[in-house]
Amino acid sequence: MFKKISVLLLGLSLLAGLASAAVINGAGATFPYPIYMKWNTVFAEQTGIKINYQGIGSGGGIRQFSAGITDFGGSDAPMTDKEIAKAGGDILHIPTVMGAVAVVYNLPGVRNLNLDADTLADIFLGKITNWQGVNSSLPNMPIKVCYRSDGSGTTSIFTGYLAKVSLDWASKVGAGKAVAWPTGIGGKGNSGVAGSVKNIEGAIGYVELSYAITNNLAAANLKNKAGVYTTPSLASTSAAASGALSAKAMKKLIAAGDFRLDLNNAPGENSYPIVGLTWLLVHKNQKDSGKGANLVAYLKWALTDGQKYPADLLYAPLPKDIASKVLEQVETIKI
Amino acid sequence: MRLSRFKRITGDDWFSAITFSFAASIPLLLFLLICLLIIKSSLGFKTFGFGFIVSSSWDPLNDVYGALPFIYGTIISSLIALAIAVPLGLGCAIFLAEVTQSKVKEQVATMIDMLAAIPSVVYGLWGIFVLSPFLGGPSLLVGGVILSIMILPTITAISREVFQAVPHSLRESALALGATKWETFKLAVFGPALSGLVGAIILGLGRALGETMAVTMVIGNRANISPSLFAPAYTLASVIANEFAEATSEVNLSVLVELGLILLVITVIVNGAARFFVWKTTGHKA
Amino acid sequence: MENNWTQGLGQRKLIEKIFLSAVFASTALALVPLVLVLGYIFIKGAPALNFNFFTQLPAPVNEPGGGMGNAIIGTFIIVALSCLVGLPIGIFGGIWLALYGQGKRGFIIRYAADVLSSIPSIVIGIFAYVLIVATMKRFSAMAGGFALGIIMIPTITRTTEELVKMVPRSLYEAGLALGIPKWKVSLKIVLRTAWAGIFTGIMLSVARIMGETAPLLFTAFNSMYWNFRIDEPMASMTVQIYNYAISPFADWNAKAWAGSLVLVMLVLGTTVFVKKFSQRVYYG
Repeated sequence: MFKKISVLLLGLSLLAGLASAAVINGAGATFPYPIYMKWNTVFAEQTGIKINYQGIGSGGGIRQFSAGITDFGGSDAPMTDKEIAKAGGDILHIPTVMGAVAVVYNLPGVRNLNLDADTLADIFLGKITNWQGVNSSLPNMPIKVCYRSDGSGTTSIFTGYLAKVSLDWASKVGAGKAVAWPTGIGGKGNSGVAGSVKNIEGAIGYVELSYAITNNLAAANLKNKAGVYTTPSLASTSAAASGALSAKAMKKLIAAGDFRLDLNNAPGENSYPIVGLTWLLVHKNQKDSGKGANLVAYLKWALTDGQKYPADLLYAPLPKDIASKVLEQVETIKI
Repeated sequence: MRLSRFKRITGDDWFSAITFSFAASIPLLLFLLICLLIIKSSLGFKTFGFGFIVSSSWDPLNDVYGALPFIYGTIISSLIALAIAVPLGLGCAIFLAEVTQSKVKEQVATMIDMLAAIPSVVYGLWGIFVLSPFLGGPSLLVGGVILSIMILPTITAISREVFQAVPHSLRESALALGATKWETFKLAVFGPALSGLVGAIILGLGRALGETMAVTMVIGNRANISPSLFAPAYTLASVIANEFAEATSEVNLSVLVELGLILLVITVIVNGAARFFVWKTTGHKA
Repeated sequence: MENNWTQGLGQRKLIEKIFLSAVFASTALALVPLVLVLGYIFIKGAPALNFNFFTQLPAPVNEPGGGMGNAIIGTFIIVALSCLVGLPIGIFGGIWLALYGQGKRGFIIRYAADVLSSIPSIVIGIFAYVLIVATMKRFSAMAGGFALGIIMIPTITRTTEELVKMVPRSLYEAGLALGIPKWKVSLKIVLRTAWAGIFTGIMLSVARIMGETAPLLFTAFNSMYWNFRIDEPMASMTVQIYNYAISPFADWNAKAWAGSLVLVMLVLGTTVFVKKFSQRVYYG
């Protein structure tokens, strides 16, 4: 009898499935996961098109997309030309939002913490192992470093910054989606690191800003290029973006249609030093025209109407001129 | 008389052929599984060779991999689990099998079975929010403790069966000679049961080696070998669970499959040994 | 034991007392985690259970409401798929082993089933990924069902074989004596007699795979929508609980506890109920 019921259910679900439109599947970075989830919900309400995005880390996002298992990928670590060539060459990086990487910590009673680049590097290098070593007014507690155990664009942004400002870090560890962390424990996704820092006293980790705010985690003030200690926020993120994007080299890339831009350690007094873009990876030539049309509609919406949602979640929307340049590129996608 | 009997295919022939094909699919599936694992891991094997097993670096950035930290984490967490679960499990089994006057015996047995039925991810959830903070954060120790809870029912149940398989006549002879409960146990039960108990323990070990979710959620997920039990660690099953969907290169994926193959070999050997010991004592498989 | 009889007796009784205390203590200690785990699940999970939990989709981060409706249905669909894989092979395979499996072929098949049962579920997940996900180039509920179905096979096979063997030979021969062909006797008489026990084995297997997470992580993957297509990713209770548990959002953590409560009630309910109404006690 049980078998009969299960066969019946299966038959029904197959019928129901055939009737429903295909979901567009994507996976990747957890950095933008909160804003993508918001976008997907609103977009599905407005148009009925379902975009299913799972946060598995930028590394996984690139891999699953390159292997053709997902329809699009999400990553805050751009693919190199070599990686793109290996994956078939037919890949576009569509920037969606910008976010700050906050250095969060769990020290009861300490709401204000100033860290300069060298101290930050030394903590994550395992050279400073007790909070008293950072500042004698801090409690006597061992520092528990938390990093990403999965291939992560957030890691890529964070280590990219450390490699830029600390020769020690650059030579000993380097930058990338996954590195050989000298010390600490691994957490899965931005969620995992935020959860670890939240649950472990004395912990320090790096997460996208919205994860810090929604979890009431204290974020350190970091010394930027201009020598000012800045707090991660919507304002300091946007300041960093305009500071970075004003550079000539950046403008050249944008004009050439290459949006793989590095926004770390931007000039400007109000700029927060660890800021990154996040991209949706899509194929220039869409194999399935039905899905392709829906995907393009989603991208266009995200770059226009969608850009009014990021600010609530503390992501900086794309500057208007960049957004219109990106839209031009979206138009070139062949359905 | 049907002279054509040898040419006719009867319903019985269909029946045995069809059921045989289902039965034969089992070794075929196993064979396919092993082949696919070997094929998928060959890239990793070609790149790192046997040195993979003793190398401790795990660097996805530079595609340098080694299995040693995971083998270490797997074995040590399982040993911690055994250290806790074996005494407790044997005690429970003795209670259930030898202590005859207790009225709550069957309820206790049911409760131990309930421990076994709780899904791994639920233990992990409990581990993150209750056990891990209690023991000072994610570490090898927390992984071992949570494993001990999970393998306890296995050790208890098999040991109970083993004790029950010891003939009553032995116990009765000891009691007739005036032995206390402890002496009866020591002289008449423990000896004959010993190889079965060894089997129960090894079976518990086999379960601990392959446990994934609960351990992943509390062990700290750090590929290093540290003498401290309070340091974070990583097991074979955990690294596969964390990194498989996100493997960043062909080599990365291949070494993860290779780790799966190592795990498979270890658990199959351990479980095989366990079943042999249990079978020796009870006459039937665990 | 060559000491003075009455003098040694007190000491021996003391040792016996210590022995029994140790046995009682270890039993009590072993039950403590059960109380703690179930207690926490009830205390933390019950408040988050409401009608929405069972009927709604996950809400975006930090927005109230939402539920695990799609995950609950997803689990049932994936379990149904695994039964499609595991039950035919297990039941018919078990019948063959009981009736025809005395020789070398039977030995190989039984041995293979034993080896299969020793393999950790995550390695089975790798098998399903390489076989189905990589070739179909997408995550799917089918791949998840396949993986869980394989996990079911050894238990169902062994249960079926043992129960068919337990049916009295006289029953079998009576059927044959009436002129009923062997296969009809096996299916209609023997199987029907053994069915109660086999059904027990099936329910226990189902309860077990309902709680599996690792193989689904990279086969059925996950989804935030209502999905009934088996060739697409599908949410499941276990994977959803996992994602919610490791997230930092308090709202999601609460849902993880609630989901655990529902899952534990399903699994424990099935297991305990089934074991109470069966003659034999099954181990693992």
